[in-house]
Amino acid sequence: MMEIDGNALGGDLSEIFAADMTGAVFTCAGCRHTGAVATLRVWEPAPGLVGRCPSCTDVILRLVRTPSRVFLSLTGATRLEIPLES
Amino acid sequence: MKNRISWRVATVSSARWETASARTLVLDVPDWPGHLPGQHIDVRLTAEDGYSAQRSYSIASAWPGSLEITVQRLADGEVSPYLTDEVQPGDQIELRGPVGGWFVWRSSSPAPVLLIAGGSGVVPLMSMIRARGDARGRQPFRLIYSVRTPEDAAYADELRRRVRDDPGLDVHFVYTRKAPEGAGTPKRIDVAAINSHGWPPDFQPDCYVCGPTGFVETAADILVALGHDPKRIRTERFGGA
Repeated sequence: MMEIDGNALGGDLSEIFAADMTGAVFTCAGCRHTGAVATLRVWEPAPGLVGRCPSCTDVILRLVRTPSRVFLSLTGATRLEIPLES
Repeated sequence: MKNRISWRVATVSSARWETASARTLVLDVPDWPGHLPGQHIDVRLTAEDGYSAQRSYSIASAWPGSLEITVQRLADGEVSPYLTDEVQPGDQIELRGPVGGWFVWRSSSPAPVLLIAGGSGVVPLMSMIRARGDARGRQPFRLIYSVRTPEDAAYADELRRRVRDDPGLDVHFVYTRKAPEGAGTPKRIDVAAINSHGWPPDFQPDCYVCGPTGFVETAADILVALGHDPKRIRTERFGGA
């Protein structure tokens, strides 16, 4: 397993959201840490990508791709703050 | 708001070696919307049996211009050996992008910039250097580039030429295994290197650090310890490819 970061989630998240999500700010449900999705700790390779809080390592999001679906769980985040392009 | 992105087919228009194990692919993508320095693309390879593997590669080129990625071959990699050793001009690959809006440099920012690269982490930082050069940007840039040996430095000739022609750009190499004559003993990046060749924290530079996880953590920790504002430090870690 290699540790990467939330920058690598950008492509998969861009297939779901109509905005860039690497700059979105999450609030961790566990420790209340806030940070950009780009700073999440992510490991690869995996059938699903797990993004953990860089502060307390709780799971913030899980993303699983199949050929026809993307499953996204965001149970570890109480909030996502998404910058809108002006 | 931009539209959602989807996979598209790119044609490799040319390729060149940057080092013995790093190859730049120039990609022709119909209707490429352009990109910001620091963004990446996802590349997907699909085998005849349907198995597919997907990896992210930083964009090396500035925009406007061509779309180029530089791929470092990893011996046990799933995707990189194909992109370095097998793909040829005229071949097609699937890609998605441009991706990412956080680890990017915008030429409208007036702040000085400190770039810290570990190995092929130099690729997105090179895009920033090229973009600043093309725009004749006046923001002073410094690059600290850690490589194992002089032969492992990508873009070495271009960096030398840019430093010669542009007083606003400085490049300092840190050699970890073998240093050229006069460059001292090989060592890993440390407080002294970043303190001597970076910007002082009171200049409030934007810092971009890219490389393997251990390298990125070390460099970011040193920046914070030296007094840099963590909000101005942006990092990107890469794994296997």
